[in-house]
Amino acid sequence: MAMTLPSSSANEYGILIDYEFCTNCHTCEVACQKELGLAPHEWGIKVLEYGPVELPNNKWEWVNLPLLTSRCNLCASRTAVGKLPTCVHHCQAGIMYYGKLDELAEKLKEKPTQVLFSR
Amino acid sequence: MINEYDKSIYKDQWRWQEGEFEVTRSSVWTGPGCHNGCGVLYYTKDGKLDHVEGDPNFPYNQGRLCMRCLDMAEAVYHKDRLKYPLLRDGEKGENKWKRITWDEAFDWIEEKYAEICETIKQYPGGIGPEGIVGLAGTGRNTMWHIAMVIRAVFGSPNLATAFLSGESCYQPRMLANMLKGGDCWILDAAQTLHDRYDNPQWQKPELMVVWGNEPLSSNGDGFMGHWLVDLMRMGTKLIVIDPALTWLGAQADMWLKIRPGTDCALALGMLHVVINEELYDKEFVENWTYGFDELKEHVQEWTPEKTSEVTWVPAEQIIEAARMYAAAKPAAVQWGLAIDQQVSGMEAGMAINDLVAMTGNLDVPGGNIIVRYAYNSSKKYGCGMEFISSEMEDRRVGLSESPLCSSGFTVFVPCDRLIEQLESGEPYPIQMLWCEGSNAIANMAGDAPRVYRAWKNVPYTVVVDLFMTPTAVAFADLVLPAAMSVERNSFRSWWQPLRAITASADRYYEAKADEEIVFELGKRFRPDFFGQFDQLEDFLTWMIQDEGNGVDYTYPELTEKVYDYWDFNETYKKYEKGMLRQDGQPGFVTATGLYEFYSPVFEVLDLHPLASYCEPYESPYRTPELYKEYPYLLTTGHRQAGFFHSEHRQMPYMRQFWEDPVCDISQSIADAEGVREGDWIWIENERGKFKQKAHIAPGLLEGLVRARHGWWFPEQEGAEPNLFGVFDSNSNNVTTLGVTGRSGFGAPYKSLLCKVYKVTEENDCSPSEIVTKGGGFGGNDITKFFGE
Repeated sequence: MAMTLPSSSANEYGILIDYEFCTNCHTCEVACQKELGLAPHEWGIKVLEYGPVELPNNKWEWVNLPLLTSRCNLCASRTAVGKLPTCVHHCQAGIMYYGKLDELAEKLKEKPTQVLFSR
Repeated sequence: MINEYDKSIYKDQWRWQEGEFEVTRSSVWTGPGCHNGCGVLYYTKDGKLDHVEGDPNFPYNQGRLCMRCLDMAEAVYHKDRLKYPLLRDGEKGENKWKRITWDEAFDWIEEKYAEICETIKQYPGGIGPEGIVGLAGTGRNTMWHIAMVIRAVFGSPNLATAFLSGESCYQPRMLANMLKGGDCWILDAAQTLHDRYDNPQWQKPELMVVWGNEPLSSNGDGFMGHWLVDLMRMGTKLIVIDPALTWLGAQADMWLKIRPGTDCALALGMLHVVINEELYDKEFVENWTYGFDELKEHVQEWTPEKTSEVTWVPAEQIIEAARMYAAAKPAAVQWGLAIDQQVSGMEAGMAINDLVAMTGNLDVPGGNIIVRYAYNSSKKYGCGMEFISSEMEDRRVGLSESPLCSSGFTVFVPCDRLIEQLESGEPYPIQMLWCEGSNAIANMAGDAPRVYRAWKNVPYTVVVDLFMTPTAVAFADLVLPAAMSVERNSFRSWWQPLRAITASADRYYEAKADEEIVFELGKRFRPDFFGQFDQLEDFLTWMIQDEGNGVDYTYPELTEKVYDYWDFNETYKKYEKGMLRQDGQPGFVTATGLYEFYSPVFEVLDLHPLASYCEPYESPYRTPELYKEYPYLLTTGHRQAGFFHSEHRQMPYMRQFWEDPVCDISQSIADAEGVREGDWIWIENERGKFKQKAHIAPGLLEGLVRARHGWWFPEQEGAEPNLFGVFDSNSNNVTTLGVTGRSGFGAPYKSLLCKVYKVTEENDCSPSEIVTKGGGFGGNDITKFFGE
């Protein structure tokens, strides 16, 4: 029997992250805290870390994945006046993209190890 | 559209109004501290900084910022920031102060200056002002300021680093640069070009070698670490040379896990491969270099096998890395602090220079580009030399003991000799230390307990800083509150571009900009020179115009330009174009006019004319007996992104990521010593001990401890004996002062031995009390070592 899911549509916009190159520099985390007025240890975006783990081929895997938390509102007050979300604006690796979900979904196909967040 | 900046919001003028905020485009360069000079937008309201954004129209950082600038308002308005000039009102170390005015502070300085001159005149050959020594911190916007205070204002020839043994931060590498090719070079990430990666001249490096640094955290020497990520995303291959697994190392095509302190050997081993397999750029070597045959002969002993024995890097990896580097066109080296912090520091720098030059990567697009301070303006630590007579120059501390000092290769007096003069009072007793921009005993001072003991005997100390530090509490008579970047009118010419630093917020209480301290002291002490300037801006114009060498416009014009790219730094192959030498001839600024594999100047100075390896001062091979007692290798100075050296420990938003000093240890150490993740451990050698929290780091070189630096605890009691806990986790309890390479440059902050054991209830104690009450850990032998 198919499950019935309550309907709720996503914001038209989202954030795409090319997390292959996320260095876990904490810029997005602090930028977000300052924008949303959050206290230390309160996060609108949090970088999750996997690794470093050694792979069989003598290589290492060390992956950082930023997670948008429930506090994230895609910087509604910034985007309302034509600015980018502060994490996207300041990302030191330059790997965060803000745009319409359909445009970002196209960009998602361009390379692997990316993730698209809708809110 | 994805990620489009709205040009109507982000304007290219220097200041505008946006709703309730005044927005100012500026550049940040201390305080809070940073090596970078990113472009920012200050959002201020009623004279107060509200928040900071990265300036998308600033090519250097292109809108990006790190968390320290994003958190700037917390630093600027921190409750503990120094508000007023403070005069000691108790014994040194009691942390008791009385508020005075700036006039009273300057009166005090004038009074002590006169007294010091009288004292020094009583010693043979004494002139007076040389009794004052300046102590400089690392490269930030306190460089030319302290140089001008010491030389132009006081007339003393004595400017030193704040007991950074062997001047081992960039000075050894820069000296190697100057010696070899007459100029400094940096990895070309298009940062010298106003249009960056779009510039048609620029080429993407095919390969980059990240050697002895982790730029994503450190951003050392004015290099924004994340430019490397830009290059990786464009497809640049990566070799990382590091005893620790960094995030960059995990992404690298090759990671060479090197034994700390053996970088010179590795470079010589790579040269062996490049030369013997004839992988070098024959045209460049033929036409533009000197001493290739001598170098070829010199490296013959550095076979991959021998190099492997010394460096612990497998021979086949040395060969592969050398081939990969030589084959890539262009290839670029991003080097860092670890190169300097070994007794072979300068020699490692020389050998790496040889690799860069030999493979034809010097001053080419996407290689290592030759750079100078933008528009040649302001001489940084070298400022004010013209105010020092030759008679006074002869009074420099340690002059006769250091050939590189006496021959004018460095503007600093050697702090490894300064400490001896503090201890002996010979040939004259230092009367005052003027410490501007350094929390020395928390940070750069090698053998910090020794520095503590010696400094306590200096009659007078002035500290200029942002917060009350352990260094100020322990030694200062007078503490002067410094303004932060957002409050200062200043500039930055370090590499490219020339940048305006524009005061945008009202002054925090009575803090003064370092520029104002120079200017106002100058008006008192040297009206003959400083009298020519009506206002501070006139003095800043003089600085950037640099008596005809610099720009042809005024400081207020620079403010409106925001930044200015210098065409010299935008030009490649300058040696072919006659742009480097004063005589306008093609070639390099060296004795031979060529890039020198072999240095005739060093031969004259009785130093190694070719890059020569020196086994670390303490090591499994040089001191095998010591190694039995202290069986682990130790590096210090491991960076954390939220902290600039000893700064930021009082900021909750920075401290949230790193509550405690956490060092890395290898799994093998954890197993042998029964240490679990998060345990506090003692790290000890024959000089002393300190404690940090252990992180068992995957990939770390077996048997290596990688300790943090700069830790003190602003939340703890500041008065002695605790002194903000400055010696508790201080890796400089076990480092050296007086141990350097043969040149006097390079010291083993990153190649030491230690033992490790768990902190227990029984053995726990306060190293800070041990040092402040008892003077140190015993065994206070004075170490002295000059290479082999």
